[in-house]
Amino acid sequence: MQSNITLQSILPALPEIYLAAAICVVLLVDVFAGAAARRITPTLTLFVIAFGVALTTFVVAAPTREVLFSGMYVADPLATFLKLLGFLFTGVALLYSRSYLEARGLLKGEYYVLVLTALLGIFVIASAGSLLTIYIGVELLALSLYALVAFDRDSGIAAESAMKYFVLGAIASGCLLYGMSLVYGMSGSLLLGDLAVRLHGEPSIGLVMGIVFLVVGVAFKFGAVPFHMWVPDVYQGAPSSVTLFVASAPKLASFAVAFRLLAGGLGNVAPAWTQMLAIVAVASLVLGNVIAIAQTNLKRMLAYSAIGNVGFILLGFVAGTERGYEAALYYTVAYVIMTLGAFGVILLASRAGFEAERLDDYQGLHARDPLLALIMMALMFSTAGIPPFVGFWAKLQIFQALWLVGQTWLVVIAAAVSVIGVFYYLRVVKLMYFDAPTDQSVRAPSNAGVRVALACNAAAVLALGLFPEGLLSLCAKVLS
Amino acid sequence: MQGIGLLSLLIWLPIAGGVALLALGDARIQIGRWLALAVSLATFVASLSLYTGFDVTTSAFQFDERAPWIPAFDATYHLGVDGISMPLVLLTTFITVPVVIAGWKVIEQRAAQYFAAFLIMEGLMVGVFSALDSLLFYFFWEAMLIPMFLIIGIWGGPRRVYATIKFFLYTFLGSVFMLIALIYMYLKTGSYEVTAFHALPLSRTEQFWIFLAFFAAFAVKIPMFPVHTWLPDAHVEAPTGGSVVLAAIMLKMGGYGFLRFALPIAPDASRELDTLVIILSLVAVVYIGLVALVQSDMKKLIAYSSIAHMGFVTLGAFLAFDIHAATGDLRGAGMGLDGAMVQMISHGLVSGAMFLCVGVMYDRLHSREISAYGGVINRMPIFGAFMVLFAMANSGLPGTSGFVGEFLVILASFKANFWYAFLAATTLVLGAAYTLWLVKRVIFGPVANDHVAELTDLDGREFLILGVLAIGVLALGLWPAPLLEVMQPSIHHLVEQIVATKLPV
Repeated sequence: MQSNITLQSILPALPEIYLAAAICVVLLVDVFAGAAARRITPTLTLFVIAFGVALTTFVVAAPTREVLFSGMYVADPLATFLKLLGFLFTGVALLYSRSYLEARGLLKGEYYVLVLTALLGIFVIASAGSLLTIYIGVELLALSLYALVAFDRDSGIAAESAMKYFVLGAIASGCLLYGMSLVYGMSGSLLLGDLAVRLHGEPSIGLVMGIVFLVVGVAFKFGAVPFHMWVPDVYQGAPSSVTLFVASAPKLASFAVAFRLLAGGLGNVAPAWTQMLAIVAVASLVLGNVIAIAQTNLKRMLAYSAIGNVGFILLGFVAGTERGYEAALYYTVAYVIMTLGAFGVILLASRAGFEAERLDDYQGLHARDPLLALIMMALMFSTAGIPPFVGFWAKLQIFQALWLVGQTWLVVIAAAVSVIGVFYYLRVVKLMYFDAPTDQSVRAPSNAGVRVALACNAAAVLALGLFPEGLLSLCAKVLS
Repeated sequence: MQGIGLLSLLIWLPIAGGVALLALGDARIQIGRWLALAVSLATFVASLSLYTGFDVTTSAFQFDERAPWIPAFDATYHLGVDGISMPLVLLTTFITVPVVIAGWKVIEQRAAQYFAAFLIMEGLMVGVFSALDSLLFYFFWEAMLIPMFLIIGIWGGPRRVYATIKFFLYTFLGSVFMLIALIYMYLKTGSYEVTAFHALPLSRTEQFWIFLAFFAAFAVKIPMFPVHTWLPDAHVEAPTGGSVVLAAIMLKMGGYGFLRFALPIAPDASRELDTLVIILSLVAVVYIGLVALVQSDMKKLIAYSSIAHMGFVTLGAFLAFDIHAATGDLRGAGMGLDGAMVQMISHGLVSGAMFLCVGVMYDRLHSREISAYGGVINRMPIFGAFMVLFAMANSGLPGTSGFVGEFLVILASFKANFWYAFLAATTLVLGAAYTLWLVKRVIFGPVANDHVAELTDLDGREFLILGVLAIGVLALGLWPAPLLEVMQPSIHHLVEQIVATKLPV
């Protein structure tokens, strides 16, 4: 297993190496810049991300699959795709967050460093070649997120939700690790590539035990029912900018964990986990969409909507086919784009001393800020899965993948649930467009740059809906 | 594909106009109104060449356009019209013009968005009628809900929120099952082409479920008893323009769906289940007709009368099987379908006109209650004349378009079963009863109160739109031949499709 490490041989891992180095640089610059740090760090972070995108695109992007570090690390088109998206989504999230953080005195260097370490965790998961790599990535991501959720340290509700997240997350990590140890015991290898070869046929009872714990861990990371309890509290309790981040890029990591672990390592014993996942998915769909109706807080409503949408992503894995994974990936990407926009609207509608998070705060938004209302409407219809927006194709992909493997009932349930889901998205549109504003104060639109970015975000949702082919074939390409 | 086709133009020109209107905003609404009118007129004029360039000797799809769209799903941007969809496209482009004019002065709040919503909807509706790729069809079909949702919700009456959410959820629920059926057939054929679905052999069970899925979508849309309850709510709360578009065009999509999808794709299931559809249609005709009789709200009365009239469409469409079984005559079997088509076009004109008439009165008195009126003709003689004409057409008086469709369907039902015909013919009594009683209470009699006494007659704008519709109603009633001629080959082709079995041998 001894191999010579040369510069050439570690080149595919450049995104991680670069990001780790960049984190150190950002941290040091922030410490030594003193009072100027408030201006320098955010900009520097965006530069780090932009340069990272360039680096990943032009230096790393490998058309083939390469395995490094004795199989611990995999560089393939999927990993590159997820990393590029990770950079992109994180950059957008930070762009949307800046003025929000500034208005609340939260604009500190640590925030940016923590976001970047979370991103590093996502990268590690995206390229994971062994159970251990997955675990390291998951922990790196989770620990950064715990700290971020508690970032507003004077806020009681934020501290409470961080605590809940941490305790539940620690249990889930324990489950994941325990499952990994069982699978290791049954197979004798930590490498996902070996697992795929060694585990096939009828699984032993020990292996099934291991898979149960792994599925619990994965379901927790996704926030799927019945391991969803942290989602509403974290979404509501965390500062909105943190919620924006938690709801976006880490979903890529959830996809990557599920794909590398279940589809990759345990792909040949798929029947053992697809059934469990089917139950989890249906429970998420139903519970997420039904309970979202009862919410009065927009962030909490979007949390339940996230649970429902995760149900759809998991259904792609339930199909257990190439088509299903494509559908899951496409759904994940589409969903994150929509979520970024929705929380971006929440951030922009908030101002110093006022959190626009109750649904009533959006009453008559159209009269006060037509552009923001229009953007939100597009995002709501898209998330509900109505054409001509991208969310429709995401759902269609899942339906097709399930139909192909003959899961008729899952298709019917998913379709029926998506009708229930439409109701609470429509309610947001109703509040914005049909109701008269209660808050008559008209503010001069600020943050012109962020508004343009947000408009582009919504335009992307429409453009991807009118011309879905590009992203669809890209998802198919990176998975083949 | 060479350049932009006529059908693409009819879809995207109004949508582009709508987007331009949104960009103009309310501040420049003076220009905006004229822009909306210009776009809708231009679309209508352009659509006329669909008629002049139409080849009446073939049932094939014409004005064919095809471009790659989503290779990953094997879906293409495929448009085309035949004798069934072409008249409906013309109806769509025609009705939008009076709708724009009707909203000219009345809509003061967010007028730019109002006109934009109608223009965008026009484009989407043309898309529904001309899409030959079922995924594209579904795309337009669902997208259309968004502008209608906003139209009812923003410019509607007091209970608009309830009505519009009910409308949206009802139609959406029906449609998702259709989507599932479409995906199923896609996976069998490897394409979303409508014609590929027509040719696909399907077993009895498959046809049964596919038919039910289509039935869920189209029965809600058309709407059939007992899933009609969203319609009275939506109609009552919608602004005048919204009611007109709903009644004149959106309901026709359900009928069109039956003719384009449910019947030719699942003919054997349609044959087995035709009694169910016929009975539900007759319930709509008789029971809903009685319900219409007791309404105190004018819009609600017309809404119920729409449901009863659409019952004739489904009745005519599903009579073909019984007629064919009884007589073996293909042309005779087509008669019910002919009637259904004529009824759709005629009802588009008549119900649109009726809602516009109510709108004219509502703009003056801000009440839709029948009891708030009485003796309107004393103050508005010209309007009264129009209203009486449209009411006559609504009750199916010979010489108006309403007569042709109903007569054809009743004639066809005689060939199938005497009792069908007997029940269908009650509409001649019921339709006349509720419509003429409405006219009697609202238009005739002495001036009922001071508000009515202050009424002023039609202005030029209103005269124009009602006049144009009146010409349409009379023309179609006196000389329906051009319409029948256009749809003849396509109806004949449809009959051949549905009497042939698709069961695998």
